[in-house]
Amino acid sequence: MSVIYLDNNATTQVDQTVLEAMLPYFHDLYGNPSSMHSFGGQVGRKVREAREQVAALIGAQPDEIVFTSCGTESDNTAIRSALATFPNKRHIVTTRVEHPAIHALVARLAKEGYRVTELPVDGQGRLDLFQYEQALTPDTAIVSLMWANNETGVIFPVEKAAAMARNKGILFHTDAVQAVGKIPIDLSRNGIDLLSLSGHKLHAAKGVGALYVRKGTKFAPFLVGGHQEKGRRGGTENVPSIIGLGKACELAAQRLESENIIVRALRDKLENELLTRIPHSRVNGDQKNRLPNTSNISFEFIEGEAILLMINELGICASSGSACTSGSLQPSHVLRAMGVPFTMAHGSIRFSLSVFNTEKEIDYVIEKFPPIIERLRHLSPYWEVGAAICASVES
Amino acid sequence: MWEYSEKVIDHFLNPRNVGEVENPDGEALVGNITCGDALKLTFKVDENGRIKEARFKTFGCASAIASASALTEMVKGMTIEEAAKITDEDIANYLGGLPKEKIHCSVMGREALEKAIAHYKGEAIPGLEGEVICECFGVTKPEIERVVRDHGLKTVEEVTNYTKAGGGCGGCADKIQEIIDHIQAEPQGPPVRPKLTNLQKIRLIEETIQQEIRPALQQDGGDLELIDVVGNRVLVATRGACASCVAAQLTLKDFVEAKLKELVAPELQVEEVAS
Repeated sequence: MSVIYLDNNATTQVDQTVLEAMLPYFHDLYGNPSSMHSFGGQVGRKVREAREQVAALIGAQPDEIVFTSCGTESDNTAIRSALATFPNKRHIVTTRVEHPAIHALVARLAKEGYRVTELPVDGQGRLDLFQYEQALTPDTAIVSLMWANNETGVIFPVEKAAAMARNKGILFHTDAVQAVGKIPIDLSRNGIDLLSLSGHKLHAAKGVGALYVRKGTKFAPFLVGGHQEKGRRGGTENVPSIIGLGKACELAAQRLESENIIVRALRDKLENELLTRIPHSRVNGDQKNRLPNTSNISFEFIEGEAILLMINELGICASSGSACTSGSLQPSHVLRAMGVPFTMAHGSIRFSLSVFNTEKEIDYVIEKFPPIIERLRHLSPYWEVGAAICASVES
Repeated sequence: MWEYSEKVIDHFLNPRNVGEVENPDGEALVGNITCGDALKLTFKVDENGRIKEARFKTFGCASAIASASALTEMVKGMTIEEAAKITDEDIANYLGGLPKEKIHCSVMGREALEKAIAHYKGEAIPGLEGEVICECFGVTKPEIERVVRDHGLKTVEEVTNYTKAGGGCGGCADKIQEIIDHIQAEPQGPPVRPKLTNLQKIRLIEETIQQEIRPALQQDGGDLELIDVVGNRVLVATRGACASCVAAQLTLKDFVEAKLKELVAPELQVEEVAS
């Protein structure tokens, strides 16, 4: 059975070109980039090239890029570094809808005695910048706002928020794992100090990421060891993956426009058709400021895991914010923070596309989805009653 | 992804008995949409007191749907008394097991069945009302106490897997732990039987036969003689009416052996030998 992969915010397929760029560095060119000999040195040059490619995609200087093992490591490094370099400041500002890499980290830091402000979002998943500015205090060591939300695709105004933080002398970090490669980012034109990105979200391999550290930013390493990454991250470089990440960033820069036009068009077609064909469905999140590849749709009165397993039978891959799939027993913290009603939150499905999706695939999903929703609603004790109540309220 | 058994996937993709029985004799709705799963069970009873039709509607994940489907298959043809004995474990076993985080789906099935049977009998719902411990999922103290006792649960996580209690904000974890500690402090079951020496065992077998078994057999004109004890094999010979009775074998197993297992040691086996 062929797979229709609409779960690209979870992970992406390694691009064939990326894979080919990586392969020689597993076996033939296995030198250590730190070595004195030219066999290692040629690898070092390739890592340098990758650093330039990553920097170019986000408008950074090459030596502002620190390679890490993943987005989570980048996030942990950024926050811990800020707290270590401003030991007298004990306050962190973030939001209620962050990825667990930040969410769980600040919960830990709260236990360690830091004061944490988690800003709320509105029903569309939007941040109130006035409320945000009020939260910044002289005691604030760092702000961490995600650039784009992994579940809804909603984009935060991080550039404005970074400027506000800079005005008050506060470090600004953004988890841009979902944004890099999907929307244009130019760090030479804004006041962001630290930015996390992850390879496997943009068609590079799993197990590699990067942290952007603006020149002049005080920094304390998270992994202490050798002098790699100019002493900012100890540990022998994951050479093949770093080279792959560089290649993936180069490709992403070339594809940004098509991502924004072609992928967006496919996403919009999928979303509009499903909303038209399926009653009691709605989009979660601000449709105006959203990643071009993401659509989070709730199908009322049914449960997400059941939907996922039904479409799984057809080879369609997506994800859900329902309780049964979240691993906890409650629906996703993002949807709860947005105040999405439980009847909607349990039946939420996230579709996330990539440049590899085709119109044929989207047409197939549009055709197969409505009968599955109908089948599950037929099983649901709430469907007839709930739909009737909604109808009487609407009329 | 959850590791579901083939049977769970089968009952999820091809659910049996979906819908509602018209004019049901028993019905119940448990769970609610806020909690993420709910089950409506309806059944009809025939003139012999057997469940002739059972149907369900479920809001929930694959295992919730499969558990409800399995339950309706299991109760069909059962008397109310038989159906009342179905446990959540029976439902899970019928499905070839459930992932431990999903056991609450089978617990929901059992609750729906109990409630529907109570409705059929016109009785009050079994006493699971009480102080709400878990506010997120509305789980009461008696409900938690029951799963802790029934399944010998020892941790808050296990209680969460069975009832969902503690799986939301987690604010009630300490209260759940208190309930577990309290139940564990209770004396456990019947007093522990001291381990017997061979001599003590034989003496106890003799005593039991003399005082408990022979008088009962003698009432029906039968009798029994202890010939020997070899390990856990109790060798006996039948006497009197028993010697010629066709039902004697049944008596040996169902009465004599059962009595010895109960009063001496559960591993004993009774065998008849030619006298």
